[in-house]
Amino acid sequence: MIGMTLIVKTITDFVVGFIIVFGVYIVLYGHLTPGGGFAGGVIIACAFILAMLAHGKDVAFSKLPEKAAHIIDSGGALAFLLIGWFGVTVGAFFMNAFGRGEVFRLLSSGMILPLNIAIAFKVSSSLFLVFSALAIFRRRSFRAMIEDELA
Amino acid sequence: MNPLPLYVAIPLGAAFLIPLLGLWWKKSGETLAPLFTLILGIMAVLQVGRPAAVYHMGGWPPPWGIALVSDGLSTLLLIAINLVGFLCVLFSIKYMQRYTGLTKYYSLFMLMVAGMNGVVVSGDLFNLYVFLEVASIASYALVAFGVGAEELEAGFKYLILGSVASVMLLFGIGTVYAVTGSLNMADVAREIATQFGGQMNPGLLLAGAFFLMGFGLKAALVPFHAWLPDAHPSAPAPISAMLSGVVIKSLGIYAICRVFFNVYGIAAGGAGSVIFANAMIAFALLSIVIGGILAIGQWDYKRLLAYSSIGQIGYVMLGIGVGARVLATGGQISIAGLAILGGLFHMFNHVAFKSLLFLSSGAIQHATGTRDMKQLGGLREKMPITAFTTNMAALSIAGVPPFSGFWSKLVILVATVKAGYTAIAIVAIVFAFVTLAYYIKVQREILYGTVSKLVEKAREVPALMYVPLILLAIACVGFGLLYPVIGVHILEPARDALMNGAEYIQLVLG
Repeated sequence: MIGMTLIVKTITDFVVGFIIVFGVYIVLYGHLTPGGGFAGGVIIACAFILAMLAHGKDVAFSKLPEKAAHIIDSGGALAFLLIGWFGVTVGAFFMNAFGRGEVFRLLSSGMILPLNIAIAFKVSSSLFLVFSALAIFRRRSFRAMIEDELA
Repeated sequence: MNPLPLYVAIPLGAAFLIPLLGLWWKKSGETLAPLFTLILGIMAVLQVGRPAAVYHMGGWPPPWGIALVSDGLSTLLLIAINLVGFLCVLFSIKYMQRYTGLTKYYSLFMLMVAGMNGVVVSGDLFNLYVFLEVASIASYALVAFGVGAEELEAGFKYLILGSVASVMLLFGIGTVYAVTGSLNMADVAREIATQFGGQMNPGLLLAGAFFLMGFGLKAALVPFHAWLPDAHPSAPAPISAMLSGVVIKSLGIYAICRVFFNVYGIAAGGAGSVIFANAMIAFALLSIVIGGILAIGQWDYKRLLAYSSIGQIGYVMLGIGVGARVLATGGQISIAGLAILGGLFHMFNHVAFKSLLFLSSGAIQHATGTRDMKQLGGLREKMPITAFTTNMAALSIAGVPPFSGFWSKLVILVATVKAGYTAIAIVAIVFAFVTLAYYIKVQREILYGTVSKLVEKAREVPALMYVPLILLAIACVGFGLLYPVIGVHILEPARDALMNGAEYIQLVLG
């Protein structure tokens, strides 16, 4: 059987959704409460890492394929840069180009919310990729990888 | 529009665009990296002669927001980083073909360029630290890019020592923040000048020691040089050229100059300034002596070049240290200016000839498969262009008269003697001859002599590899002969930026 026992798998299936929702909450409320893009992104990545630990890498990759993770990884960083560049239209790099809104509402503080979302995409997918790289290295010996590379 | 944020934004964007496009387009790195570095290089050259400028990130004025500053010193480094970056990428296109994961290579390369440009334009201590980490972490990965046992060991050693330096820098920045309550370099400088009257309290002295150690490790000054002789030979040749050509200068020498001249106001004098100036001269002398002695015995070509880098960085630091000491002890301003000018000129020349030597070592390794000097010989007959350009660089670094290295060493030595440090000047002159000795060894063992078995089968490298060599060789000669142009437009503004600390405060805080 791939992965851990049935108990672990069942509990994992049960909590993964909640972890992701909590991560999204931390990201979206980053400008109002403690947290933000990085912290929320780590929590979202933890959900995928938990799925990988419980079910094995095939199931985790079926939820978030490696190529998609790479696209989100680079895309998140580029989105951050583009949002920063958008500030140039009103005066300076990273200047707040969007309205500030009403204090303590979700849609307030202008650029910080989109920047948090961009960072969350970047952090969650790259942490997932880092973990999967380590997991793959653990399963296969270094020599085997080199031999594959040469073949 | 002020182009300063572009120096960071363009390479950073390229660093993420290359792996993204690389998922479908295998040649994304080879195509985009030279394009973007060329744009950056042209931008940097066009910056020459423009007045110093400040950019407020996010529209926040300096003591609160992050300021990007370009003055003469930044421009000097920007030109070096981006032009050498372009030539190294150009060289990489053919050289790196036998490696896998090339989009990652070009991505890391652009990250390194972004980090170095960020260090050079940053006007904020913590921001400088962040960019220094970006550049360092990219270079740790690039040193280990070959993933052989030797490369991984060198990369790991560099990682550990580099992290120690980073921790020291963070401690130093924290201490400065605790003492002055600001992280903006100009604001800190003003606090030191007004609150302490140019004198340094124990907190600032401690922070200065941390800075000297942290940046000194990045610059590979001798007590902190242990990572360099492993990291430079193990890295792929274009990365060695970047590391030795610009990384140790922008993360090390530039940062030391900026912190001690513009932030600490070493020119204002005081007991603390003399201590730091003495430390700079001591490290410089140690680097010259130990780098020179260790280089003679090397038979690995790249390792010899690595030790030679330590020695040459010593000369750069000697010029700057003597300048600092003359200023701190209230000597003649003109002598201090001459010493600093010599240091900066030698740094600028070293960018050209050391990147050329490391690229040529890559070309030699590419053609013959070895960098062991005992197995090489007679390269002049089989690879004439590589041999000729290597020869130019070796003559230049050894300080043979018409070439650039001679003039910069001469200026440093004249300034050292004029400042009254004759003994130090004699040591420096003796080790200039040692430099000549080990480059004669390079000529004798690699370029001339009988054609060895491995060289027999060697052919000249493709044009994409030798064009950067030729361009850098032209620079080696040109910097010496065209001094009236380069000196007035590039080096003297850089010297003035260092000498007039008060002007920097004025520029940033207005």
